Amino acid sequence: MTKHKNILPGFNLSLGYTIFYLSLIVLIPLSAAFIKTSSLSLHDFWAIVTAPRVLASYRLTFGASLIAALINAVFGLLTAWVLVRYHFTGKKIFDALVDLPFALPTAVAGIALTAVYSSNGWIGSWLEPHGIKIAFTPLGVVVALTFIGLPFVVRTVQPVLEDLEAETEEAAASLGANRWQTFYKVIFPAIWPALLTGFALAFARAIGEYGSVIFIAGNMPMVSEITPLIIITKLEQYDYAGATAVAVVMLVISFLLLFAINGLQWWFSRRTSGVV
Amino acid sequence: MSIKAPSQYSHYHAKVARSRATSERAWVRWSLIATMLAFLALFLIVPLVAVFTEALRKGFAAYLSALIDPDALSSIKLTLIAAAIAVPLNLTFGVAAAWAIAKFEFRGKSILITLIDLPFAVSPVIAGLIYVLIFGLQGWFGSSLIDHDIKVIFAIPGIVLATIFVTFPFVARELIPLMQAQGKEEEEAGLVLGASGWQILWRITLPNVKWGLLYGVILTNARAMGEFGAVSVVSGHIRGMTNTMPLHVEILYNEYNYAAAFAVASLLAILALVTLILKSLVEWQSARSAFANEQNFS
Repeated sequence: MTKHKNILPGFNLSLGYTIFYLSLIVLIPLSAAFIKTSSLSLHDFWAIVTAPRVLASYRLTFGASLIAALINAVFGLLTAWVLVRYHFTGKKIFDALVDLPFALPTAVAGIALTAVYSSNGWIGSWLEPHGIKIAFTPLGVVVALTFIGLPFVVRTVQPVLEDLEAETEEAAASLGANRWQTFYKVIFPAIWPALLTGFALAFARAIGEYGSVIFIAGNMPMVSEITPLIIITKLEQYDYAGATAVAVVMLVISFLLLFAINGLQWWFSRRTSGVV
Repeated sequence: MSIKAPSQYSHYHAKVARSRATSERAWVRWSLIATMLAFLALFLIVPLVAVFTEALRKGFAAYLSALIDPDALSSIKLTLIAAAIAVPLNLTFGVAAAWAIAKFEFRGKSILITLIDLPFAVSPVIAGLIYVLIFGLQGWFGSSLIDHDIKVIFAIPGIVLATIFVTFPFVARELIPLMQAQGKEEEEAGLVLGASGWQILWRITLPNVKWGLLYGVILTNARAMGEFGAVSVVSGHIRGMTNTMPLHVEILYNEYNYAAAFAVASLLAILALVTLILKSLVEWQSARSAFANEQNFS
């Protein structure tokens, strides 16, 4: 690329406003959480963030998020595959519906899932005789988090599948590979970075989720209480330092995930653009 | 624009050339389609239908009276106010950020892009918490706000701030890649022909990215009207005063007034469906105009 002087106006104004607004809305308020926490001694901080009830909430939040993201990786890949490769009536409607979790307010999703999966709901009443209880158990948390993360894997894998060249699959077939071998030796290596990115995005979203979970979880301490709810509970007891300490733990984990996802996407775009 | 042509060709080519060797047997195909439909039904379709059937369980008259209840109406009003403030502010920010990032080179650009994404990585509950730490009673400005009799937390300004935070990146994220792909030749041509900076923005840049802009606004608006966690922390749940629609749904639900809760929820579900339809229309329109551009260039 030839370097030439940029003659367009508005650089100082647009960048200045961007940094001003970013600082005002995001950076300064977020730094408040870290400054508030620094008023605690390290010993107190550690005692708060490793209290048994808080530890149990991490286990539930991260465990359920991981299971939900895995469910979404498997079924999201399948959904993307079907939407790209096959033709059937109503496909466009199902394709559009995949984005529903982005558009539906989480509180609405929460009460709707609870109504459907509780013991007298449409699906819950059908599972109950088999001894499966979903609403008001940790399983309910997994269901809500699966709903929330559903679009991520589909929407990251779909464009990669669309751009896949048919020639490589034809070559594999002409060399004697069956369909399954073609899938895991030719197609899967091409789509797995996208799959991993979608999985990470779904996982990151699930960790912070609150609205859809609290209605279906039952919110029993030590059993079905997620970490964001711990923060709310502490706030309602005016334990600001405690709430902030737990929030800082979550913030640090979320930031690490964000950087990992950005790294993944960078690596992934380098791979697909053919630069080695 | 011409860069896209080969992939368009191979797309077409792929569809024609997909033969028996590169597609699955019929039973595999149909069982995959059936599994997908079952998955979408369990997690999306059945819950969506349930919102409307639960809302109408006590009949249409009860449904309507839940919606015209004064507390419901004031929650609708507050939701509209919050969105009406948050959307234009984040739209302005998105355009400014995209202009700086897409049209200029500077150090620290990738850090800036990551920072813009931060609100997506923050739990909504924490988004609410940080404003309580600043504007709450024990917060940084708590006592001076009391002196001047200004309420931010447990009042409308706090709700608006939390809404702005959670919808912060949407427009910028849509516009940055789009404006980067557009390049800056057209803007430079405008400048040479004597247009001012604002004229370039209004007449060249914004028309070029109008579909992406609209897409970002639709997403911002949907999230702004539906936000629950962040708003819940800062609102204080004062009925008829600081309740948005999602918070009103929660209150009714916790009072075991399920039919009314689902009635208000059904309005939000309709909003979500309208959002999905608009989104599909915008995607279809932008694909069409991209295709038309390609035709013009080749």
